[in-house]
Amino acid sequence: MTLRSPLARARGMGSARKGADLWWLQRVTAVALIPLSIWLMASFISLTGADHARFTEWVASPINAVALLLTIFTSFYHFKVGMDVVIEDYVHSEGIKIASLLFTTFATVLVGAVCAFAVLKLAL
Amino acid sequence: MENSNRPLSPHLQVYRPQWTMILSILHRITGVALGLGTLLLAWWLVAAATGPDTFATAQSIVGSIPGRFVLLGFTFSLFYHLANGIRHLLWDVGVGFELKAAQKSGWFALSLAVALTVASWYVGYAMRGPV
Repeated sequence: MTLRSPLARARGMGSARKGADLWWLQRVTAVALIPLSIWLMASFISLTGADHARFTEWVASPINAVALLLTIFTSFYHFKVGMDVVIEDYVHSEGIKIASLLFTTFATVLVGAVCAFAVLKLAL
Repeated sequence: MENSNRPLSPHLQVYRPQWTMILSILHRITGVALGLGTLLLAWWLVAAATGPDTFATAQSIVGSIPGRFVLLGFTFSLFYHLANGIRHLLWDVGVGFELKAAQKSGWFALSLAVALTVASWYVGYAMRGPV
């Protein structure tokens, strides 16, 4: 048995040089989501009980459509990066971890694409 | 690659539960909850894109009592994750690390989230009129 950790063995091999990228992207998306999520919540509140015509009219406004698409893209990216960290922290079996990371990626892209399509269909 | 015999650091349960660690895990819980909530958002948008009848059905499900509970959870999760996320961003630039400051900002983030949730629902109900 050796007490040398994988980290100790990796030392001296140099860094992978991309460790901080996701950390930074999480912050960039977080900052962008401050105004976007406040706007989204304010919009949802103003749309309380809206019928289809009013909702469609709201989505079709260029500012709302663009802001919705930005919010969808940014929040799904933010979720994916955050969820990866949660999975990496709690799932210790390598196989299940990789499967979970793949699933999160695919599910996030799929649901994000569905949302974006629905917005475009309503707006155009 | 794994050394299963390596000494372990103390686990979470040896620590006395503290206010700040509850807020910390709540940030993760609300983050995951918001992710699951986007499934409902997608369903709602697709219903709108499908047509007036489907949207009306979706709106009545959202407006039902269980629907409102889910929406309440989503509202609180978003406001808490937002407020506590700003707290995290301040830590990232080195502000508010002292124990007292961290405890105080924690109270502030949670209070703000509760206040914004209550205010949103108050305005929502006021706009909707009597139910």
